[in-house]
Amino acid sequence: MPAAASRGWWRVYAVADVLLAVEGLSKRFGGVVASDGISFAIPQGELHAIIGPNGAGKTTLITQLAGELTPDLGEIRFGGRDVTALPTDRRSRLGLARSFQITSLFLDFTALDNVALAVQAHAGHSFHFWRAARKEQALREPARAALARVGLAARADTLVSRLSHGEHRQLELAMALATGPRMLLLDEPMAGMGPDESARMVALLRELKGELTILLIEHDMEAVFALADKITVLVYGRIIASGTPAEIRANADVRQAYLGEQEQGAGKASEAAHG
Amino acid sequence: MLARALLAGGSGNRDMLYFIEQCLNGVQLGMLLFLLAAGLTLIFGIMDLVNLAQGSLYMIGAYFAATFAALTDSFVAGAVLALIATLVVGMAVEVIAMRRLYGRDHLDHVLGTFGLLLFFNELVRLIWGPAGMTLPLPSEMLTAVQVLPGVYYPVYRLVIIAVTMAVALLLYLLVMRTRIGMLIRAGASNREMVGALGINIKLLYTLVFGLGAALAGFAGLMQAPILTVQIGMGENILILAFVVIIIGGIGSIRGAFVASIFVGLIDTVGRAFLPDLLRLFLSTNAASSAGPALSSMLIYVLMAAILVFRPEGLFSASHR
Amino acid sequence: MTLLTPRNALVAGVLALLALVPVYATLTGNFFLLSLFTRIVILAIAAVSLNLIMGFGGMVSFGHAAYLGIGGYAIGILAKEGINSGFLQWPFALAASALFALIVGALSLRTRGVYFIMITLAFAQMVYYVAIGLDRYGGDDGMTIYKRSQFGDWINLSNKTAFYYLCLALLLVTIYLVWRIVNSRFGLVIQGARSNDRRMRAIGFATYRYKLTCFVIAGVLCGLAGALLANHTDFINPSIMHWTRSGDLIVMAVLGGMGTVFGPVLGALSLIALEEALPALIRAVTLPFLGGDSAARVAEYWQLALGPLFLLVVLYARGGIEGLVAGVRRG
Repeated sequence: MPAAASRGWWRVYAVADVLLAVEGLSKRFGGVVASDGISFAIPQGELHAIIGPNGAGKTTLITQLAGELTPDLGEIRFGGRDVTALPTDRRSRLGLARSFQITSLFLDFTALDNVALAVQAHAGHSFHFWRAARKEQALREPARAALARVGLAARADTLVSRLSHGEHRQLELAMALATGPRMLLLDEPMAGMGPDESARMVALLRELKGELTILLIEHDMEAVFALADKITVLVYGRIIASGTPAEIRANADVRQAYLGEQEQGAGKASEAAHG
Repeated sequence: MLARALLAGGSGNRDMLYFIEQCLNGVQLGMLLFLLAAGLTLIFGIMDLVNLAQGSLYMIGAYFAATFAALTDSFVAGAVLALIATLVVGMAVEVIAMRRLYGRDHLDHVLGTFGLLLFFNELVRLIWGPAGMTLPLPSEMLTAVQVLPGVYYPVYRLVIIAVTMAVALLLYLLVMRTRIGMLIRAGASNREMVGALGINIKLLYTLVFGLGAALAGFAGLMQAPILTVQIGMGENILILAFVVIIIGGIGSIRGAFVASIFVGLIDTVGRAFLPDLLRLFLSTNAASSAGPALSSMLIYVLMAAILVFRPEGLFSASHR
Repeated sequence: MTLLTPRNALVAGVLALLALVPVYATLTGNFFLLSLFTRIVILAIAAVSLNLIMGFGGMVSFGHAAYLGIGGYAIGILAKEGINSGFLQWPFALAASALFALIVGALSLRTRGVYFIMITLAFAQMVYYVAIGLDRYGGDDGMTIYKRSQFGDWINLSNKTAFYYLCLALLLVTIYLVWRIVNSRFGLVIQGARSNDRRMRAIGFATYRYKLTCFVIAGVLCGLAGALLANHTDFINPSIMHWTRSGDLIVMAVLGGMGTVFGPVLGALSLIALEEALPALIRAVTLPFLGGDSAARVAEYWQLALGPLFLLVVLYARGGIEGLVAGVRRG
């Protein structure tokens, strides 16, 4: 990307205290373009939703933001700092937390163990060989707090392999929260959840909105329109529209490409979608 | 060997001829490695199975050949019978044991096939006793032949190279040009689909494993007259074969072929000339102790480098 | 939580057995038994160290036996050069093991799954061949160690009973150390990395450095076992480092139970004791019925059964012996 253009981009958003800025992000897999020159900026405190049909490249985008995938082109800045070349664990330690679309937990441990590990990752180094970590209140207390926050306090001592799918999704969020992040990257947190569970999740996210900056990928349109401050629409790896929920709803291109299908479909898109 | 004896008193020519001889030995080792590696890479590429017992099948091929050759008094008859027997054993092993390992993680494969390795070692000990066996060369092959002016090379080793190259070609044709080969390649990339097409995946896997076993057994019996027939004989060459498929890329027969020759050459020529090379830099004493040690390390250093810098191997397993 | 579980009873029983072996040996004059159990205890240390990285860390190393050789050759080489003091030999053995583990680990841990297994296997073979090439130190045939490690007035290793109790003490220390490590913050990182490495990195752990440290610790512990083994056999040769010996260690860990610290001890005990005792036992029991030759044959078949038995354990009883006793299935 030419240097002049990139400088101009930052100037526009400098005032709004941008936390995450993405510029010209591009990624191909062989012949498939997963990300095509994606650029956007998310100011602190905003809940920014990314929507789009299947195959739009939403998860690929999150994977690049989290650091598991290196973009072919483009830049990612977090808190003013260029993190494009940083590995995942470094980004996490800088305050960028992520939840997985397909649940990725420590199945043979308890829910509390899972979250306590997330706490431990941000509690200094772990070259401690002697004290029993499961007895360290400095790790267990914040973990319990995070579990309580997402509503899993009662299931703290249950093996994750025995939890339901919905509880897995809650646990994903708890782990992200336990790392004390500045920003959450949430990849379909409500995937596969029933109506009650989804409603609870929406309420929780609404609570978190003020405290944290959130990038949310979701298929559940009700939730998206209820929560988002800004919405960006991704189709075939490129942004076709970006704006407030009202603007997006009114946008003809978006209706044609995506929302039109949703309105006809009715109800929870998450049942049909795989993302 | 013969070449050196004939040229005793010759000039620097002698080193050149020795070098050529070592190169031929390297190619011959490479071809044996290829047989083992091809079987390994087919089984790994198609059934996603890591098979540590491949060396046992190599051993069984040699033992069968020694036994049948003694019974029939013919090297060729013994070899053919041994091949058939190893094929049968291979298929039996697949049906009885391997099937239960498919789909499990690689650690289970490694452990399970290690158990088979222990089993075969004991079985051979029980049936054939702890002392090894011999497989004498047919008399026609006991001579050396002039391959280049002044270079004499044993006929049998040339036979190994020639026959193995023919097998490699056949294998290539099988996998690339026949229906079965197509099924094999399809089965590797999409098991469920091939199964849904009504093709008997189970039978296909049994045949592939049997083929791998036959290749291993063939390698075992071919090397028997010049190297060894003893318990545990497959354990050292098996590792080299794994090095080959890692260098060549798992699942790629073409990669296995090139890598085998490469590894065979480096190992043989390295062992022959590294001590001399070292002598240019170190004292004779140091060179003669460090030489053999370093040359054995050469291949593994190479593999380590590849695993670290290019883990997919030199030929990514895109296609066989 | 009750203390008298079947599992705890088993552990206590085994420890009691191990403690009493020299007493029994002295009373009956059966010093072969003492030697056998010394070997069991030493290999148990090796198996426990392997399980630290394998069972808890998920790092399946097919090259762990290399440390038995490195520890042993450290002793042997120094002894040959005239250095017999254990105070010099043993730290050297541990340092050499640590260095090797650091190099192998640094390279191998960049790979995963079967590639990791293969690369550790290859490194072990490398050391094996290097040892064969060491003409000065016996090469293929190995070398005798004429004098055991000298510790002055502290302990005389040539005293078989004293040596046995030293090995047993070191086994207990190893078990305790590994147990503490496994439950510490460090241990949880290792276990987490085994369970889901991707997740660990996503929450902020740079898992590589922890796995490498664990790898080195395991290598050092096994190097200690190697030093003990060389003293026990008064001999060292390359075959102890062959990859199939690493396989034996893995068999011990899996058979005994990879999920606990004590499991591998059971594995070492069952494997070696059974190897020696079962044939004799079978012969003794079947002799009246079958007569000499057949009884010997039946005893031989035990070895044959080990392979398939191990395969069955891998397929259906991954918790090993410990798992069966505790009623726990692993993974």
